[in-house]
Amino acid sequence: MDPRRPNRTVSDPKVRQVGFVTPAATTPPPRSVSDALVSSSSAAAASSPPTGTSLSPVMIPPPRHGASDGLPARGTVPLAVPNSGSLLRRDNLQILVGAHDHNETEVVLGTPPMTSPSSRIHDGVSEFSDNASMSPWYGRSDPDKLASSLAGRNSELMMSKSVGAGGGSGGGHTPKSPLTTASVVKTLPGISGTSIFILNNLHLSEKQGGALGIQNDLAEAPMPLKEKTTKAERRALQEAQRAAKAAAKEAGEALIHFLEFYRGGVPANTQQAKSVKPSQKKDAPQVTAPSVSSEKKIVDRPIEKDRKKDVPPPRMQFDDKHKVEKVKRRAMVNQFEAKNRVELFRHLPQYIHGTQLPDLEAKFFQLDAVHPSVYKVGLHYLSGKISGGNARCIAMLLAFKEAINDYSTPPEKAFGRDLTTKISSYISFLIECRPLSISMGNAIKFLKHRIAKLPLAMSESDAKLSLQSDIDRFINEKIEIADKVIVRHAVAKIRDGDVLLTYGLSSVVEMILVYAHELGKDFRVVIVDSRPKLEGQVLLRRLIAKGLNCTYTHINAISYIMHEAKRVFLGAASVLSNGTVYSRVGTACVAMVAKAFNVPVLVCCEAYKFHERVQLDSICFNELGDPDVILKVPGHVASNYLEGCVDNDNLQLLNLNYDATPSDYVSMIITDYGMVSCTLMLFYGYVFPYC
Amino acid sequence: MTRMDFEVVVLAGGASSNLSPLVSQELPKALLPVANRPVLSYVLELLEGSNLKDLIVVVEGEDAAQLVGGWISGAYADRLHVEVAAVPEGVGTAGALRSISSYLTANDVLIVSGDLVTDVPPGAIAATHRRHGAVVTTLLCSSPVSGPSDSGTSGGKEKAKKPVRHNIIGLDPTRQYLLHMATGAEVEKDIRLQKRILQAVGQMEIRADLMDAHLYAFKRTVLQDILDQKDKFQSIRQDILPYLIRTQLSSEVSGNGLVSSESGSNKSAVQDELRWLSQHREIAPSTFQDSQPLSLKSQRDDQRSHKCCVYIANESKYCARLNSIQAFSDINRDVIGEASHLSGYSFSAQNNIIHPSAELGSKTTVGPQCMLAEGSKLGDKCSVKRSVIGRHCRIGSNVKIVNSVVMNHVTIDDGCSIQGSVICSNVQLQERVVLKDCQVICHFFSVLYNLPTSWYGRKKCL
Repeated sequence: MDPRRPNRTVSDPKVRQVGFVTPAATTPPPRSVSDALVSSSSAAAASSPPTGTSLSPVMIPPPRHGASDGLPARGTVPLAVPNSGSLLRRDNLQILVGAHDHNETEVVLGTPPMTSPSSRIHDGVSEFSDNASMSPWYGRSDPDKLASSLAGRNSELMMSKSVGAGGGSGGGHTPKSPLTTASVVKTLPGISGTSIFILNNLHLSEKQGGALGIQNDLAEAPMPLKEKTTKAERRALQEAQRAAKAAAKEAGEALIHFLEFYRGGVPANTQQAKSVKPSQKKDAPQVTAPSVSSEKKIVDRPIEKDRKKDVPPPRMQFDDKHKVEKVKRRAMVNQFEAKNRVELFRHLPQYIHGTQLPDLEAKFFQLDAVHPSVYKVGLHYLSGKISGGNARCIAMLLAFKEAINDYSTPPEKAFGRDLTTKISSYISFLIECRPLSISMGNAIKFLKHRIAKLPLAMSESDAKLSLQSDIDRFINEKIEIADKVIVRHAVAKIRDGDVLLTYGLSSVVEMILVYAHELGKDFRVVIVDSRPKLEGQVLLRRLIAKGLNCTYTHINAISYIMHEAKRVFLGAASVLSNGTVYSRVGTACVAMVAKAFNVPVLVCCEAYKFHERVQLDSICFNELGDPDVILKVPGHVASNYLEGCVDNDNLQLLNLNYDATPSDYVSMIITDYGMVSCTLMLFYGYVFPYC
Repeated sequence: MTRMDFEVVVLAGGASSNLSPLVSQELPKALLPVANRPVLSYVLELLEGSNLKDLIVVVEGEDAAQLVGGWISGAYADRLHVEVAAVPEGVGTAGALRSISSYLTANDVLIVSGDLVTDVPPGAIAATHRRHGAVVTTLLCSSPVSGPSDSGTSGGKEKAKKPVRHNIIGLDPTRQYLLHMATGAEVEKDIRLQKRILQAVGQMEIRADLMDAHLYAFKRTVLQDILDQKDKFQSIRQDILPYLIRTQLSSEVSGNGLVSSESGSNKSAVQDELRWLSQHREIAPSTFQDSQPLSLKSQRDDQRSHKCCVYIANESKYCARLNSIQAFSDINRDVIGEASHLSGYSFSAQNNIIHPSAELGSKTTVGPQCMLAEGSKLGDKCSVKRSVIGRHCRIGSNVKIVNSVVMNHVTIDDGCSIQGSVICSNVQLQERVVLKDCQVICHFFSVLYNLPTSWYGRKKCL
């Protein structure tokens, strides 16, 4: 271990996670890594425990070379490029190519005992062993830096060198030593994921080439895991995201570090090292059953601290029955959970729509804690009268402003503290009405921050005034002026004769279109809409009234209509720090089609909606709408096909509200701070202050 | 601060002429016993259940006010904070409001009729009112078209005799907005609808099966303005509500600038919220969707329109008004029958309430859905079905009481048969009186009297 350590110039002590423990968990943003198969070999004889085995795949060491190698690499050749390639290598590569398009990565760490040889990787591995003497290297496009090495022969030395220098240095050194470790990133055609197998074949000698044993410890783990840890998975992902927040700058490079980590097997120092060490001792080379729990624990510990510092508590997981019960008891609104819920989305709240509003209304006078204006806003959320990130945020802030205005500190309580608890109770009420949007979350953060920053000496009335003006300022600067600035920026992208495509209803996109029209630009608008909300019709109506030339179509026709479009303007509920655009469901589809047609996609989003969260899919965090509305087809006579089926146990309805658009599909994000390309979002997440 | 910025006014009325044989100076309408509890207690307990404990009760007539006030302070001394206001008789509901309107301060006012017996939560109306930002929201419930269901033998006949009164109520397709309202008397020939409203909505649903339950939420400023400026307005239902509905869309209809001044006061009352929202709406219109069906309205001057909303009570809720003698017996029957949860009593296994101090003779049967209050004595071989018998009544042998209400301190001698009647307090019925569908209020009733069943009405005997 020690010889290796100096090679690693660890810049960041923090532990990062990119995924959860199960196979899917390790998935880095698909686009970036999906096919990256890099194999690395590193060595470590039995004595030096392949740290990888003991480590949870979610632990990522810090970058060695800073960001330089990370970003460019992401988009580049997915396959490993043989550096000092041999034919055999290439053969191997081809095997690996097989599952090119899968995007999940599975990590398997192998250890000596030659159990369960996997036929799938047999060929490749045997080649490895044959070629051990050649010590070939796989690298990515930039082998020197990223290179993952397939170490033919040995071992510690090589490994230590390979980490830094890559290339051939390690390769030919000691032909006599047995092949120790071969790590291969392999994609399995059968599985929907790319798998990284790191095989530690300690007992293989060169001559033993064909016989390869794999200890498939982690590979086996996923199956049981999957069953028992739907919750654990998600929690792990949450933590991963939390950790990613702490290190989001490097988020894009996550995989690379990740791979390096395994290849190098060098634990990071400081915090990370601490967390890693115990596990190393414990699961030495012969890892039999790396217990997820122990790993998780280890991972948790350092993160726990972070959480306390600045990360909000994880969201409620609604598949946790105990917690749900607990929350229900505290809830102000009686919520009747829907019965037939889609398995994958059980962690999200799903209530029988239409039961909440009457119940909440009936309790109008019983809810002591809620200020009337907050109550009104909650009712509007519930009834859908106020929707859309900006509107909801503004309505909430105005309600809080009024509540602050009417607030008076009860005796023997501190203004700031009591007001904060009051506001928190309002927020939990609003959450019961509808889950918070990210924009609201940021606004709340801002408000609480302001309350906390109030000088103690300030009189109550002054403090109230200052808070109210803060709220006004927030609305004004972060939303209204931001919108205007975005409009100015975006209008520059509209030229005469353009055909602009938009999806659904976004306030800022509407403002852009109207403003461009007012400037006298000659363009046409294609409004793509989708059921069940048909929000596009609202936009259509307003644009027509303003005299714009519009085409209206449904998302089914997107591939047809995309031919015409010159640009796609989309709104967003949030932009996450990995560049993912979180928006009305359907946006991802439109963006993807636009990408396929090489139509630039411009996402308009105010900076206050940015969030440092990293989200890889739209499953973990989403909002479920009323499932019944998707059954209703307006104006269609024969729309009763499903009449009476709603209560059938075999029918599960899913009405998602949001989806996540990978940054690959987004050409540009227009914010009030300017236009940025999506990859830069990684940094912008930190540059933009919310508060 | 008042709860949720709502104030509650209970219009308890006085000696209503509709109920003239039943109510009197000594017994104002509010204290008329329904299942041996004053009818006002149903409203008060409903409000108390909704946590509304600061009430203003308006009673017509000084004497009645004293009686009501005395009763309230006795029964609700430690539970409610009630101010009883006396207004002169005959001023009407609007007049009653006018006299107390200067005391109102909250943003909205909830006005409840004192004769309402319901379990619709008032919060629901208030919340709907708030949600829509309406000027007035009214509670509509399905009207008892053929009378509350009557399982008795005489039920069918009773139903046939009900005066048919239709309320024509026009709603928008989402059933949230009140577009038209006309009550029985006005409906005789044809309905006049406003073209303007019809144009704005596009589609109007006209329903005759709903009735106005006299539970309103008003915006205080608007209400006060109307009361001030329209001093001829007598009644909420007949004057104020139709006026507001009529002028929903524009001020031109009234032509006297009332509504515009009204909206002016609206504006002043509106807090920053509206200013911000409207400001933002100008900037980013799509942030705020026109969820209202009166979408054409937005093309007009938005400031001049206001909303009249409705809350339609669920079918399963009980809702009735004690505004006629028939309603009185219906409500009495329902409260111990199908809407028994309203009565606040716990029913025995036989589905009736017999006070422990009541004495029953041998072979006397008290059927389900009956109520015997304290101290009543029944002789032998009596039969009581679906009836309410008040306190300290003395009932002889072989008496049949079906579908009737017998109030307090009534003496009924042997062999009487009473069906579908209301017998007021302190009445004495001598032997073998047969009553069908009567109200009796006199002190002494001696003759054997057999009224034909077709003779429905009031029998007043001195």
